[in-house]
Amino acid sequence: MAQSSRSTLSRSHQESANGGGASLPAVRDEELREHLPGLEPERRLTDWGRSERIEGLLDRTLVDFLYKQWFRAEVEGIENVPSDGGALLVSNHSGALPPDAAMIGKAIKEEHSRPRPLNITVEHFFKGYPGFSMLIPKIGCVAAHPANVHRLLADEEQLVLVFPEGRKGTEKLYKDRYRLRRFGRGGFVEAAMRAQAPIVPVAVVGAEEAAPVFAQLSVLKKLTGLLYVPVTPTFPHFGLLGMLGYLPAKFKLRFLPPIRFDEPGLHEDRGFVQTVAHDVRALIQEELLDMVGKRRSVWFG
Amino acid sequence: MKSKRVLITGLSTYWGGRLAQALEPDERIEALVAVDNEEPSVELERTEYVKVGTQHALLRRVVEAAEIDTVVDTRLVVDSATTSPRKAHENNVIGTMNILAACSGPDSPVQKLVFKSSGHFYGCEQDDPAFFEESMGRPHAPKTPIERDIVEAEASLRDFAEKNPLVDVTVLRFANVLGPAVRTSHIDLLSRAAVPMILGFDPRYQFVHEDDVVHALEHAVQRELPGVFNVAGDGVLALSEVAGLLNKPYAPILPPWGTGLATAALRRLGVKVPPEMLNQLRYGRGLDNRRFKVSGFRYGHTSRETVLVLGEHLRLHPLLRSGAQEPYRYEREVEEFLRWSPHVRGSQTRNRPTLSPEQVSELQKLLEARSEPEAEPGPPPDDPLVEADPEPAGAVAAEPEPPEPKAPEPEPDPGPPFEAPVDHYDDLAAEEVISLLGSLEHEDLLALRAYERDHAGRKPVVGAIESVLARRGQPHLG
Repeated sequence: MAQSSRSTLSRSHQESANGGGASLPAVRDEELREHLPGLEPERRLTDWGRSERIEGLLDRTLVDFLYKQWFRAEVEGIENVPSDGGALLVSNHSGALPPDAAMIGKAIKEEHSRPRPLNITVEHFFKGYPGFSMLIPKIGCVAAHPANVHRLLADEEQLVLVFPEGRKGTEKLYKDRYRLRRFGRGGFVEAAMRAQAPIVPVAVVGAEEAAPVFAQLSVLKKLTGLLYVPVTPTFPHFGLLGMLGYLPAKFKLRFLPPIRFDEPGLHEDRGFVQTVAHDVRALIQEELLDMVGKRRSVWFG
Repeated sequence: MKSKRVLITGLSTYWGGRLAQALEPDERIEALVAVDNEEPSVELERTEYVKVGTQHALLRRVVEAAEIDTVVDTRLVVDSATTSPRKAHENNVIGTMNILAACSGPDSPVQKLVFKSSGHFYGCEQDDPAFFEESMGRPHAPKTPIERDIVEAEASLRDFAEKNPLVDVTVLRFANVLGPAVRTSHIDLLSRAAVPMILGFDPRYQFVHEDDVVHALEHAVQRELPGVFNVAGDGVLALSEVAGLLNKPYAPILPPWGTGLATAALRRLGVKVPPEMLNQLRYGRGLDNRRFKVSGFRYGHTSRETVLVLGEHLRLHPLLRSGAQEPYRYEREVEEFLRWSPHVRGSQTRNRPTLSPEQVSELQKLLEARSEPEAEPGPPPDDPLVEADPEPAGAVAAEPEPPEPKAPEPEPDPGPPFEAPVDHYDDLAAEEVISLLGSLEHEDLLALRAYERDHAGRKPVVGAIESVLARRGQPHLG
């Protein structure tokens, strides 16, 4: 269910023009970083609304079962995820109520030598939809606003996962599986460059078969106000729980070596941003084709 | 610190009164003038209250006559439940324009303007960032009247800052305020038996303690801080978390669709949910408070601690309400008497008019005009009357800078006669001298002061002369 929005991530601070009452004196980023709010150990939520209790509960039950028994996830290159500092994970995206985000987060928790929480960027839509609005932040999702991504990467030095395909990735039908959609407008590259955080491309195989989408019901979509209403093997005929009716496809996750941007000011070069975005997309597409080509069975790997 | 002569607008509001009280003990501030068209609601010691609203011609006269260098505007209405939209607009937009008009102009003495604004400037929308930074504007046009007013007021402030580049303009955008003394719609909502919420939403909320608000305004007055700053306690809480901290259940009674209709029904039951709060109950808001912290400000309370303080107050409130003190009532004549009467004595009341900073500066000018080293009034340090008061002689000695070029009142000839203007003056006791002062002319008073200083040097007498002089010297402020 996690997805990044193509339009929002790439939106720059166009609002700054109608901003403050007077000119703002320059404050250095390092100085700001020192003044992040301290941790209050009595609290159960973070400032982003993340609840370790709810997340932990879900992690120990449903996600653990899916990761170990149902999808039998196999992970390659987990050492490519940096163990400190901010990093932007970029992945392909698929499936109705996509399980890929949860699996990437779980893989880092299970396999990495220094497990860290993963912030999953989602569309602003979820903040406005009752129910989702309450639950989504609790399990570690944040809205895909460029300012949010920058704060997480640069100031709080956390891991952030984006799906640059966004909605187009989850909307695509089974017949288009493993063919990456356009990678937005390169907003994710710009965010990483601005924060000088590395990009870690991730290729995920299995999600397309786990939750295949055969058709989209545009009438229901309009009636419910949801992003899309897909037809899957178990939805809508088994009701809402049918959204969780994943097929037991074998999951393979491959973390690719990080791409670093250590020079400041790279993000101002639009052409360079677009080129890097294109390259990252090509890289993931190549890996996907390689992984699918080597796969003997959809269910057993 | 360049703020020496401060004017506070909106004295009768909670913030105006609190700020005046907070600035009073600061000896670096010479003059503290406060205006409002309603009388102050808190007891003040040296703040001079002038009953004037936001009529810019009158304000301008006050500003120029008192040579105000710093204006602190605390009037902004940020809660539409407190007044009608029309009055709020009048106050927020027209009032701000008038105050800015009173401060602008090439010959205006104002060098600094502090404006209390609100986080409502940003609004609350679905596609907002999780933490608003000062440089971000509103992503969407404001929809509620209060938000429109605030945006408009800030726009006129920005305009003022551009046209008056020599004036330091500080805008403070405060998060939702909680505290035991202040009254807001959010406190109203949180004081109910259960915390009402919109079904399916758990908005993020950030709070600031009322004391931190006052300290933030004080901080802005004491420092040079041009620009916009968010003021909000550390930590952003979910509303369900707030309910937990207050030990109250939360009630998702507002439906996610048709919320406006439901609040109209609630209003009939006495629960006021102002329109600007509705979006906050849905989407919440977080402010990035780091730039203000970089400027040196330290918060006394985090958001969580602020809520805990409120919870404590809400539990104690039913017990304390019965024995409540009679509220302060402003009586003009009493205040005048306490500030200016020569009969008010320092030893018995803290309201005794000591040498006010204006008088000190007057004294200083007189001294420099005479340039006689022995004229420095150094009262003996063991004088019991002096110890309780701010040390006027010390204040003079600590200000080596030359007198301001524009004297508020013309000084008489620098060589006053060294004869006692009253017969057998030296035989009179201090009390007797003081009782005579009211009948003396201005020139005589000046002469008497010089004489007294050079001869007996009785501190109470000099102080009383100063207060009579000051009272006569500033009839336009009364």
